[in-house]
Amino acid sequence: MSLKHDIEFTLNGIKRRVTVDVTMNALAMLRDVIGLTGTKYGCGEGECGACTIQVDGVSLNSCLMFAVDCDGRNVTTIEGLANDSEADALRDAFVEHGAVQCGFCTPGMIMQADHLVRSGCCGDTDSIKRGIEGNLCRCTGYKKIVDAIASVSGAQN
Amino acid sequence: MSVAEKKARVIQPDSLIGKRIPKMDAPEKASGKTRYIHDINLSGQLHGKILRSERIHALIKSIDTSAAKALPGVHVVITAADVPDQRPIGVARDHFPLKVGRVRSERDEIAAVAAETEEIAEAALKLIKVVYEDLPVISNPEDAIKPGAALIHPEPHGADGSHEHLKQGTTIAHKGKPDNVAMTFDYAHGDVVRGEAESDVVLEDTFKLHYVTHCCMGVSGMIAEFDASGNLLMYSNTQVPFLHKREFAEYLNMDPARIRIIQPPIGGGFGSKLDIYPFEVICLYLARAAKRPVKMLFTREEEFLASPTRQPVLLTLRSGCKKDGTLTFRQVHTLHDNGAYTSWGATTPFVMMQTFSSLYRVPHCDYHTAAVYTNNPYAGSFRGYGNLQATFAIEQHMDMLAEKIGMDPLAFRLKNAQDAGETTGQGMSFKSCGFKDCLTTAATRSDYSRKVQENVANRDKPGNIKRGVGMASMLHVGGGAKIYPSDGCGTILKMDDFANVTLITGASEIGQGSETVLSQLVCEELGLPMSAITVVNNDTAITPWDVGVHASRTTFIAGNSAIGAAKKAKTKILAVAAKKYDCAESDLDLRGGFVIKAGSGEVVVELSKLLRNLHFQDKAELVMTTFYYEPPSVHQDKGFKGDVSAAYAWGTQVVEVEVDTDTGTVRMTKVTGAHDVGRVLNRLGIEGQIEGGVVMGQGYALTEDLMIENGVMKNPNFRDYKLVTAPEIPEMDISFIESMDGEGPQGAKGVGEAPSICIAAATANAIANATGVRMFELPFTPERVYRTLHGQTPKLYWKPWKAE
Repeated sequence: MSLKHDIEFTLNGIKRRVTVDVTMNALAMLRDVIGLTGTKYGCGEGECGACTIQVDGVSLNSCLMFAVDCDGRNVTTIEGLANDSEADALRDAFVEHGAVQCGFCTPGMIMQADHLVRSGCCGDTDSIKRGIEGNLCRCTGYKKIVDAIASVSGAQN
Repeated sequence: MSVAEKKARVIQPDSLIGKRIPKMDAPEKASGKTRYIHDINLSGQLHGKILRSERIHALIKSIDTSAAKALPGVHVVITAADVPDQRPIGVARDHFPLKVGRVRSERDEIAAVAAETEEIAEAALKLIKVVYEDLPVISNPEDAIKPGAALIHPEPHGADGSHEHLKQGTTIAHKGKPDNVAMTFDYAHGDVVRGEAESDVVLEDTFKLHYVTHCCMGVSGMIAEFDASGNLLMYSNTQVPFLHKREFAEYLNMDPARIRIIQPPIGGGFGSKLDIYPFEVICLYLARAAKRPVKMLFTREEEFLASPTRQPVLLTLRSGCKKDGTLTFRQVHTLHDNGAYTSWGATTPFVMMQTFSSLYRVPHCDYHTAAVYTNNPYAGSFRGYGNLQATFAIEQHMDMLAEKIGMDPLAFRLKNAQDAGETTGQGMSFKSCGFKDCLTTAATRSDYSRKVQENVANRDKPGNIKRGVGMASMLHVGGGAKIYPSDGCGTILKMDDFANVTLITGASEIGQGSETVLSQLVCEELGLPMSAITVVNNDTAITPWDVGVHASRTTFIAGNSAIGAAKKAKTKILAVAAKKYDCAESDLDLRGGFVIKAGSGEVVVELSKLLRNLHFQDKAELVMTTFYYEPPSVHQDKGFKGDVSAAYAWGTQVVEVEVDTDTGTVRMTKVTGAHDVGRVLNRLGIEGQIEGGVVMGQGYALTEDLMIENGVMKNPNFRDYKLVTAPEIPEMDISFIESMDGEGPQGAKGVGEAPSICIAAATANAIANATGVRMFELPFTPERVYRTLHGQTPKLYWKPWKAE
């Protein structure tokens, strides 16, 4: 019999209460309990970045965070960027620069990029590359992703 | 706007071809709204999980599923004994989805569970008890072909799948094998003995290519459901839905007409979804037994263990040339590690022998492959399909031969490079060929020849960082490949009352951007903006037949098919307009959503208005067309000769590296590529294909290594299997050679596989240029490079298994 716990947190600007298994990670809660599937499972051990979300404004791998640890926090997923003009610019840049192919890494990549842009840590392309080092992409070879982020952050080579 | 004003309006000529067109599904994907198979759930759905072998090679003495069946929430537990109609699957039909009596590799499927939740299914797997009796493990293909080696497939596999299959009268589906040889390939043109006699220089070297795997970011999955009438609906990640429809029908002993495959967007393909794997058939068995929809998803660890790999190859190449730089012969023996079962990996010689016989002009060529069973993971198809392995050997020998005769390596290649109009010893006919342009463009833009000299001169100077530059080129099919009875693709095109067009294509989209490029081709014909098109491409109940995504064929084959359907629609529209406006069809054209006068561009009528008039008249009609395109290629004969593709793609890549001689670390600093793509259709899309392929090639060369020890995979995770990350990517300078292929859609040829093919070969040449030391084995990890630089790597030598 697994242990359950009630938590309350802000998800994409909306307060909500959820009952979660104490062993569950935030990724499974978002996808399977709440039904927001934009956050992707890629590896389940914090190596690929496909499940990147933002918690209290900081990006992290939701597969490595216990769902119960969302209690009292402010959580943003890719769906939460829908009504955000800064994020719109980033999303448009990914589309226009050809940074999306199969698209499976894209939500995580955008969550990470959004964090980088907002925290001002992409002044040049090298820092963008370092900033997305934890996000794997098998299709694009990263170049167009870096170009897309640079176009929004105004990074120079 | 009045009618008079409209008529006065002139639409300027414009073209979508060569533009940077964003991928049509990118906004959905970038918003997290795209529903991949992982994101789809059906009501009443159960979750399937597979119990895999705890041993590498063993007899299964008993399986006890009673405790698992008793677990609350478990609906179905199956083993081979529960599926008496199991049939062997795979390219050689040597493989039961649920293993019968014997396991042959770490990934082998023993039992499967369908339960209310994934957690319950996993808990049930832990309750299944299996008793094994170990057998000797063969993990080295060289051992597998030694006399007296333990056999991997000694017993016949019955078509009914049960132990009873050995009894008299049972249909035998797979006879078993008296040795461990799964497949052999033998090809020849000319006379290599004569070729060798004419040679001034002869080289012989052994090359060793390793295991890597696709690492699609989206793990494998399937959802299967039988309806009340017994019809099967699958949500599948397949790249070849129409071939699989037929094959699944065979495995389930059902009518293919009753199988429907829906393909949700997939999280990467790269060739991995070209064969049917045991999990897919097992998912169907579970759904059939449970009478409920069953969803099965891999974990990342399972994805490593149980999805296909690139084919590991041991290869000995003997080649020669004359002093004047003329190539004389090539003799090749390869030993392919087939793994425990046969998938497409065993058939990579189809592509490899083309590279040996036809990349350069070689008058005499002799090629032999044996793909042998081991207890290792089994190899499938992977972008490039054997060409990375073949090119790795050939292009190193090109440098080495050039050095032996004291010729510039670029000049040596140019002297032997193919030209348009040539037909090779293997019967491949090059109607368009930009190979020499690729060579000179990549060399010029990278300043190759100067850097080669400069790096050699700098080798002995002080400092631990040595710079190197290396070149390699490739030939690959670029106009489909006639492997199946048809290499065609069908298109249905319909136009609505508002001049929007729906393109219904057989071509699958796996992230490569086919939906966008096909839309461009249709809109170009019909003079419509990209916003006027919708693509339907993922449901076998709707889309016309296509052979599938393989052989870099989609743009060429599906593109020609889409153009064919669009041209028919255009002809019909212009005929209607010509009649209505009392002029010749040739006086009219379509542009910008209007029917215009061909010469002046003056607007005649809005296309949507014309279509509505056609629709809402007494003799009402809609504009709907179909087209099936079959390329003018031929099947190879029994000697593997024939013009198997309607066009061939060429490319040259120059790789620059920095080698740290103190640590063995190789940093790839720049890749300069020149690709003969026929014509650029979508510049944004083709750049993305090339860049992604280059970095995939970089991983193959430097970082990726699926480590198998005694049949056990040591690194089934992203922590220890190193994909290239963003900070490691090289600077990329990509040029396109537009040879305007006469048969290609708007002149284009295939490019999907091309960019990953040359990188490892060019990197080997770059390391040799930097250090004077040749690397014959991949990957170029710091350990291997350090050891080789310090003389600690024994020279590879493999004597071909087959008697000369």
